[in-house]
Amino acid sequence: MSQHTLSVLVEDKPGVLMRVSSLFARRGFNIQSLTVGPTERPDISRMTVVVDVEKQPLEQVTKQLNKLVNVLKIVELDSVASVERELMLVKVRADATTRGEVLDAVQLFRAHVVDVSVDAVTVEATGSSEKLAALLRILEPFGIRELVQSGTVALARGGRSISDRALRTA
Amino acid sequence: MTAQHSSAADGGTAERSTGQVSAGQSPTTAPAPEQRPGALPLDPKLPVAVLTGAQSLIRSLEAVGVDTVFGLPGGAILPAYDPLMDSPHLRHILVRHEQGAGHAAQGYAVATGKVGVCMATSGPGATNLVTPIADANMDSVPMVAITGQVGASAIGTDAFQEADISGITVPITKHNYLVTDAAEIPRVIAEAFHIAATGRPGPVLVDVAKSALQATTSFEWPEKVDLPGYRPTVRPHGKQVKEAAKLILASRRPVLYVGGGMIKADASPELLALADLTGIPAVTTLMARGALPDSHPVNLGMPGMHGTVAAVTALQKADLLITLGARFDDRVTGLLSSFAPDAKVIHADIDPAEIGKNRVVDVPIVGDAKLITGELVRALEAELADGAALDIADWQAQTNGWKRTYPLGYADAEDGTVAPQHVISRIGAIAGPDALYVAGVGQHQMWAAQFVQYEKPRTWLNSGGLGTMGYAVPAAMGAKVGRPDAVVWAIDGDGCFQMTNQELATCTLNDIPVKVAIINNSSLGMVRQWQTLFYSERYSNTDLHSGDHSGRGMAIPDFVKLAEAYGCVGLRCERPEDVDATIEKAMAINDVPVVVDFRVHRDAMVWPMVAAGVSNDAIQYARGMSPDWDRDVDGDLYSNDSGTEKVIS
Repeated sequence: MSQHTLSVLVEDKPGVLMRVSSLFARRGFNIQSLTVGPTERPDISRMTVVVDVEKQPLEQVTKQLNKLVNVLKIVELDSVASVERELMLVKVRADATTRGEVLDAVQLFRAHVVDVSVDAVTVEATGSSEKLAALLRILEPFGIRELVQSGTVALARGGRSISDRALRTA
Repeated sequence: MTAQHSSAADGGTAERSTGQVSAGQSPTTAPAPEQRPGALPLDPKLPVAVLTGAQSLIRSLEAVGVDTVFGLPGGAILPAYDPLMDSPHLRHILVRHEQGAGHAAQGYAVATGKVGVCMATSGPGATNLVTPIADANMDSVPMVAITGQVGASAIGTDAFQEADISGITVPITKHNYLVTDAAEIPRVIAEAFHIAATGRPGPVLVDVAKSALQATTSFEWPEKVDLPGYRPTVRPHGKQVKEAAKLILASRRPVLYVGGGMIKADASPELLALADLTGIPAVTTLMARGALPDSHPVNLGMPGMHGTVAAVTALQKADLLITLGARFDDRVTGLLSSFAPDAKVIHADIDPAEIGKNRVVDVPIVGDAKLITGELVRALEAELADGAALDIADWQAQTNGWKRTYPLGYADAEDGTVAPQHVISRIGAIAGPDALYVAGVGQHQMWAAQFVQYEKPRTWLNSGGLGTMGYAVPAAMGAKVGRPDAVVWAIDGDGCFQMTNQELATCTLNDIPVKVAIINNSSLGMVRQWQTLFYSERYSNTDLHSGDHSGRGMAIPDFVKLAEAYGCVGLRCERPEDVDATIEKAMAINDVPVVVDFRVHRDAMVWPMVAAGVSNDAIQYARGMSPDWDRDVDGDLYSNDSGTEKVIS
């Protein structure tokens, strides 16, 4: 299994997320993560879908996605030529004796503390999934009380925009 | 990797229609200005200040050129039925079950090439349409289903007769809509018909909330359909066509693998030109019967699980498949990994997702099958004029040899009862190539595909992909509405017939004189055949007691009495010598529907056969009989001890 990141531009209409996720389920494709949010155009949303597939089924995924009337454009992002980020919020056990060590780790990973209580701190971190996994490994010994993580969002490097062509004809 | 909706050669954008119906036609041609003879009933561009959403819906259907709607009203769709009553242009045919409306719309669509329309209410009305919608999706039938939905404020509250039909039908429609704002109705209807009819045709569902039907709105017909995410590639890439022509000229054992897309694209004239020009042996799939005349010398018949020995073998031994509007369905390929092992593949389809889905392709061509085939003919003509040659004489001799040696055939029943194949081939012979034949699903369907000689496209209707029992009677009804001058025979099984025969009432009351041949073997015959072959003749739950074997002293039901109860003429035929006379009698009745109960031999089986999941090389033309490629047999294949030999060539 190899991992691929797809950027999918869709019309911002009700039910589009359901159509996309239903397609993945129906065709037996595996989604690792899926995020959706607004773009520079109010009528267009952008999904970032990370899928686990071999090359040939990936072509099937994109072709089937393209058949959805609300899907405007699909681009596979190369992991080297693009920036991929996830967001993580993690609540770590930290009392007066361990707080200093936790804060050191947070600083090393250029993360932030966004909430502090007597026995815990809440850390906000962004980065690649590898970086976040590494941070978690460091924090784990202190005790992780709660963890929430977003899916991947990704953008190709360079000056071009994938929405250029889709928008011209939209 | 970048995937885009439209390639550089995309020709679809400029020709985008304004939503008028031109199903089956190449979307590149301007949409047919009139679905119905005569001008549109009203200038759709003329704005109307005040009307209800319901009136807007009916007006939109008129504007898009609809002439027939199959449906059944109920609470949520009720507002639409009021202005429908006043429409001089829409003929509404009241069915007895919504499934009948759906299949009738399919039958209408396949027979005419136009978009079929069905209408139902919310909840159970809508869910009863699910089977025909799924069927239309599998067989690429252009259809628009309009359903009522509970009022917008009640959606999501589990209101009376509420079902999330747009959610339910997401995986089985080409696209669907939930309309809660009456102002959107004209645009949505225009888009729905455009999507259903263009590209790879398919079903579109429009779910309209009752509150939108009741709201006051204005009517504005869209100038053009604006769907930035929907641009089917219609014009093939010239370079790909040239590549295909090169592969063809270099091949020694090519086969034209012709699928239902050729009928959808109305590509029969181009296909005939290709066959005449090249003499390449052709196979026509279950969905493509009639795309090329069966009488054409290159036509080897149907491939697949119950295909002819010649068609199946030609595909297996080919060095090139010229795939036109077909999709390498498992019923054609058998065990995929062993299908046509030596063949390169040219795959032409309007749906890019079909290309490479099941079989790796050497030359993909995305586009309209009619245009592709036409350009391929021109490319080949140019090459041949330049001195290229197609050297396939040995191959033609070989495939013709298989066709001669292993024709379709059957043995008469040993006990003097009627052979089902005999009934079906006689119906085909007597009704002729201008009649329409509509089958259900099962043994009778396969025999109807095998033993009727099809000469023209759109004369063979069946449920291929989904395999929906009960398709025949309502689909025949729809076909007869669309083609009132044609003789329409439903060739049905006794099992299938009992699923949807209530539409005989619709036929009688609306003067739709279809003819129904029930091939009555008193059982779920295809399942029984598998029980015979693979389950040690243990006939678990396949005896329907609808024929001579009921053991109750009577058949349940009595199909003749049932027909008469519906105001049809009911006939029965139990002896081989009466078959022709019975068919003639049915042919002579044209004012009411006719139902014929053909009591047939129940142990007849469909041959040839490739068992599920095995290689097509394991084809048998009769039980335990595999072709011997080196032997030349003189037609004794299908005789048995007491039976008479029948060979249909």
